[in-house]
Amino acid sequence: MAKLSINGQMIDIDVEPDTPLLWAIRENVGLTGTKYGCGIAQCGACTVHMDGVAMRSCGVLVSEAVGRQITTIEGLAINGVLTRVQQAWIDHDVPQCGYCQSGMIMAVAALLKDNPQPSDADIDDAITNICRCGTYQQIREAIHAAANV
Amino acid sequence: MNPMRQLDRRAFVVGAASAGLALGFDVPFGGPTAVRAADGTREVNAWVVIRPDDTVVIRIARSEMGQGTLTGLAQLVAEELECDWSKVTTEYPTPGQSAARKRPWGSFNTGGSIGIRASQQYVRRGGAAARVMLLQAAANEWKVPAVECVAADSVITHAPTGRTVTYGKVAEAAAKLEPPTDVELKDPRDWKIAGRSMKRLDTADKTTGKMIYGIDVRLPGMLSAAIRACPVFGGKLKSFDEAKIAGLKGVGKVMRVGDDAVAVIADTWWRAKTALDALPIVWDEGDNAKVSSASIAGWLEEGLDPAQPAFVGNADGDARGAIAGAARTIEAVYDYPYQNHAALEPLNATALYTPDKCEVWTGTQDGERAFTAVVQASGLPSDKCDVHKVMLGGGFGRRTVPDYVRQAVLIARQMPGTPVKLVWSREEDMTHGRYHPVTQCKLTGAFDADDNLTGLHMRISGQSIAASSTPELLKDGMDPFTFQGVASSGEAFANIGPARLGYTIPHLLIDHSMRNPHVPVGVWRGVNGNQNGIYLECFMDELAHSAGQDPLAFRCKLMANHPKHLAVLDAVAERVGWSSPAPQGVFRGIAQQMGLGSYVAAAAEISVTDTNRIRVHRIVAATDPGTVVNPAQIERQIAGSFVFGLTGLFYGGCTVKDGRIAQTNFDTYNAMRIREMPKVEAIVMPSGGFWGGVGEPTIAVAAPAVLNAYFAATGKRIRSVPLSNLDIVFA
Ligand code: FES
Ligand code: FES
Repeated sequence: MAKLSINGQMIDIDVEPDTPLLWAIRENVGLTGTKYGCGIAQCGACTVHMDGVAMRSCGVLVSEAVGRQITTIEGLAINGVLTRVQQAWIDHDVPQCGYCQSGMIMAVAALLKDNPQPSDADIDDAITNICRCGTYQQIREAIHAAANV
Repeated sequence: MNPMRQLDRRAFVVGAASAGLALGFDVPFGGPTAVRAADGTREVNAWVVIRPDDTVVIRIARSEMGQGTLTGLAQLVAEELECDWSKVTTEYPTPGQSAARKRPWGSFNTGGSIGIRASQQYVRRGGAAARVMLLQAAANEWKVPAVECVAADSVITHAPTGRTVTYGKVAEAAAKLEPPTDVELKDPRDWKIAGRSMKRLDTADKTTGKMIYGIDVRLPGMLSAAIRACPVFGGKLKSFDEAKIAGLKGVGKVMRVGDDAVAVIADTWWRAKTALDALPIVWDEGDNAKVSSASIAGWLEEGLDPAQPAFVGNADGDARGAIAGAARTIEAVYDYPYQNHAALEPLNATALYTPDKCEVWTGTQDGERAFTAVVQASGLPSDKCDVHKVMLGGGFGRRTVPDYVRQAVLIARQMPGTPVKLVWSREEDMTHGRYHPVTQCKLTGAFDADDNLTGLHMRISGQSIAASSTPELLKDGMDPFTFQGVASSGEAFANIGPARLGYTIPHLLIDHSMRNPHVPVGVWRGVNGNQNGIYLECFMDELAHSAGQDPLAFRCKLMANHPKHLAVLDAVAERVGWSSPAPQGVFRGIAQQMGLGSYVAAAAEISVTDTNRIRVHRIVAATDPGTVVNPAQIERQIAGSFVFGLTGLFYGGCTVKDGRIAQTNFDTYNAMRIREMPKVEAIVMPSGGFWGGVGEPTIAVAAPAVLNAYFAATGKRIRSVPLSNLDIVFA
């Protein structure tokens, strides 16, 4: 058993403490917007925020997440109002298959919190998630657009 | 709203019995009393449902996996329907419904960049027929001739009186009318919805986590399965020691799946996977365990000997004679490795089996092929089976093969009444692919005394996709698709469109010594154009340089008879500024090809450091796909195709060790990130009169354009992929 704070709610789940946070979120909490791509912290599809910091949840154990504020893609928009990052993603028609995009959006949201006007080089350093469809060009445009809202 | 809603199953049963009238079209529209939508709304025809609130539901049989086919096909239907685009949503019919109605939606296959072009005609007819019926229904209500009525933006106007009615008000009446026996389609020049950069219909849910992919499917009482198949292709499962994982929390059955795999079932996938990792398994690996990349390469190398028998794909004159009698010849050997598709969503399928019904929920590029797999694996009659398609987290060709669907059904059969979701780990996905085929190529060029190219022999040696995955497509043992991009003008490539060589060379021989190692291969985005693009377009550069000529000018001389190939090449040369010097320290390369029905070319600008670090600054890519349905989506496909193609060039490459694939995850099989992304400038230049694909063709010119630029920068030729093996990486 573990008690996690996810998207502002305390949730009790029946799970081994060494379960990756990714799978606890997807299977025990039932929030499937956070995706599994590699399980070894390489692709970023599973990115969530822990106390406001972008983390690859496949590499975080449930025991390490206890007592932290976790935000998933489902918790990004407040009262159904999309964040400027999500809105920029829609305006620039960024997603292709979309499977990487939850993780991308979470990573970008964290970047913009720390660095509201990132340069291309800042983006290159901070955004290391994989998109196999190759939406990087639109992602870069959308990040700059979101930064300039 | 999720645009991927399924048709309601009960509604389907109602409509199935009466449907399936052939109406003189390529594909019938379904009968006058066909399927109702989930909310009970009667369909106007198989393609179109219009609700009383004027919402238009367009049914799409091809699969959306990011390439935009869903939006593009909806644009084509909406164009002929004359409906209000802002009211359009889409849904997938199921292959079971299609079978019951005599396939009103035609093929479900979504490979070879055919999604839009292979169905454009009948989906447009579907939209046009629905419009005619709606107009007739309004005319009947007003008791006026239908010719006095016009439709625009989902509103019908009786021209003489100015009376209006919306589609939603007359849809129910229209659905009862006989469909027209023939309809006229608009000239693409008159399009208002098609041909424009409409926003995708499926974006919103992809930004909020709401979009449901196969891996996200949840059914009441569902369990999860983790699977491991024999790591050596062709090997068998001997035994496993279930007792060693007995009592692990949440873990249920441990079972054989076919003759080569074992699955663990648990209440969550993580528990199933953890138990599977702890399960002792004994394999019968068989003789294939002795095969390695080196042994495969040695075998392929023998096939490069011109004396070895080979299938002839393209020939003109007497290439062997021209080479023998040449003033001068040059020769080069290239190779291209296995590549995994590595779609970001690992393969998965959810199956529910009962003795009288089997249903599957999955992301598939071919609903009908998945459906056939369900019928075969379940042992049930086809009218007791169905496949519910959901969004694909990438496909790239891998999801055309329903091996994972078959496994899910074989598991579910052992647990009647319990839905089971089978998810492959990334490691399973990496090691059980349908890989890009491995080939080598020896090219020999013959020059006369004046440095004119008189002959070319291109000998390909290696694996055939058709032999591995679709043997019915072999022609007397030959795989015509091997010659994608270098085919003769007579070659049609019926199902994926022409892929003709763009050069006229007096004495030409392009042939294939087929050698099929045990590693299963399949269509990998771009398919055989990928290696043929590198082989021919890099060698063209070699020929040009050996003759002391500019690579563009050298090509142009050979392309006089191929104006469309030449037009895209000229377009990229002009845009990149080929005739003026590149910026200091920047070097250029070009390449062109025809594939999947479209003409494409690319120019790359790169710089290379002293330590072989490459930066790709700029890509200019031109495409002539004949007809354009959504320019913005084409630009995105082109940009994405360079990520796919350059990932393959820099990082791709699966090696075989002890009969199995050595790379197991993205740590050893890397993919390009945003840092490495060049600026891609797309030139979309449709010349009209034909329909080519856009998701794949430009991949074939990505690698050769960069490799030719690398030569310009360094004077060194690279003839092997991936570059990471040569310690050449992105800066
Ligand atoms: S699934 Fe966590 S980084 Fe890939
Ligand atoms: S949109 Fe498909 S992986 Fe990024």
